[in-house]
Amino acid sequence: MSFITCTDLKLGYDGETVTEGISFEVNEGDYLCIIGENGAGKSTLMKALMGLNKPMSGKIEFGDGITKQEIGYLPQNKEFQRDFPASVSEIVISGTLSKCGWRPFYGRAERQVAENNMKRMELWDLKDKCYRELSGGQQQRVLLARALCATGRLLLLDEPVTGLDYKVTCEFYGLLSELNKSGVSIVMVSHDLEEAIGHANKILQIGREQVFFGDKEDYLRSESWKSFHNHHVSHVHAGEASQCTPSGHISGHGALRRSEGPLKQEAYDAGYKGGGSKL
Amino acid sequence: MSIFETFRMYFSYPFVRYAFVVAVVMSLSASLLGITLVLKRFSFIGDGLSHVAFGAMAVATVFGSINNNVIVLPLTILAAVILLKTGNNTKVKGDAAIAVFSVGALAVGYFIMNVFSVSSNVSGDVCSTLFGSTSLLTLNEGEVWFSVVLAVIVIALFVILYNRIFAVTFDEDFANATGINADRYNLIIAILIAVVIVMGMKMVGSLLISALVIFPALSAMRLFDDYRRVVICSAVIAVVCAVFGMLLSILLSTPVGATIVIADMAVFVAVVLIRSVFK
Repeated sequence: MSFITCTDLKLGYDGETVTEGISFEVNEGDYLCIIGENGAGKSTLMKALMGLNKPMSGKIEFGDGITKQEIGYLPQNKEFQRDFPASVSEIVISGTLSKCGWRPFYGRAERQVAENNMKRMELWDLKDKCYRELSGGQQQRVLLARALCATGRLLLLDEPVTGLDYKVTCEFYGLLSELNKSGVSIVMVSHDLEEAIGHANKILQIGREQVFFGDKEDYLRSESWKSFHNHHVSHVHAGEASQCTPSGHISGHGALRRSEGPLKQEAYDAGYKGGGSKL
Repeated sequence: MSIFETFRMYFSYPFVRYAFVVAVVMSLSASLLGITLVLKRFSFIGDGLSHVAFGAMAVATVFGSINNNVIVLPLTILAAVILLKTGNNTKVKGDAAIAVFSVGALAVGYFIMNVFSVSSNVSGDVCSTLFGSTSLLTLNEGEVWFSVVLAVIVIALFVILYNRIFAVTFDEDFANATGINADRYNLIIAILIAVVIVMGMKMVGSLLISALVIFPALSAMRLFDDYRRVVICSAVIAVVCAVFGMLLSILLSTPVGATIVIADMAVFVAVVLIRSVFK
């Protein structure tokens, strides 16, 4: 039995269909990358997986002992959180809350889980630091540690690198890859192509309907990859090639890194995905 | 007469002691909820609700019910729930809904008080409902107990739900994903804030009550970087300002509500100045 099995999902808001015909599964140890154009319904699918909105039709089943409480979620970085007065340890331990049941306060077990995950994410020295004073990469590691407090088995990530600079992005993907190798299943929605799918073993591409689901190797040979990829390359100016190698080192140099608004995001994406198609 | 003797003389009157107790418990519970309101960008809900409470108070006065709170409390809680729901609805902008509610309630309240009032001093009634100036003279023991019980409930719920309120305030999506019903806690917070506002109306009046909600939280957030310290600091500032404001209003014969609010404001200005010097 898979962790997650989705059969013929139709997703949308207020009766408007965003995407349909989505069928895929996530098994133990998988690293699934969900890609698609802006507005293709990637985040809608993510919300459906978390039970935040109901699919218009189709089924989402959880199996293999995964319950809703055992999903670790890493959201897009929200602007308001950037001035929230909270220490690293306060945020990380809040990930264990679902394990507390009806107990109002954290016990020794929860503190231990939080400590382990802070050490795992190299945050232990920062545990009393304020979240808003951390760098973007450190903030993402805090949110990752919090997600790991909720689960050791399945992580959902929604565009986790938005707003991070290039070097930090590569480090972050390296970290995810290590987690995956240690047995955590990963489902990630992402804007960037090369870097994001570099570590994945399964790909789901969605548009108005499902375009592709299967192994990465098959995907890279498929027509859908070629057209999707070429579409992005065509946006790019020459000489902005850049990519993360699987080991997390950096080759090439990207222009336009920071993204703040939709317009800049476009430019960021274009620069980011530019060039090198070596994977 | 020395200052000490003045205080002893005043505190020999039961209504002064009552007012003192109510001011402290009310400021304390307002400041605790204030942090959540400020961080969730809900500050205006508090403001809108206080106007609704004014309208409800006007209705209650005209109907001459024995205890105004029987009418005012349920109406304000109802308004809190409606405001929260419309705030979440993307079609009706939350701030517009609040403006409609607060201005409407003010107009209806003033209209009712003028047209149906049996009192000979309408403007005095309106003024004391808005600014709470003279109403501490009319506090009776029953109303003091009512306030104390409500304050104990608010504070106890805040302590018991502390970790969950933190999680929901910091990241609603993550809380939902891990099986914490964020809507339920938002509803609890809205109800609690309605309770605090009704409780504080007698003391500081409906126009000034939101100052007690917002100022201590804003001051504390500028002094401390982690959530627990911000909560404690906010509570301390609120209690100190309530005590100091009460004593000052006795010494100077100034209106109680306004004096407490000015004390809170003075602390806020001092904190802002200190931070700008030491940064």
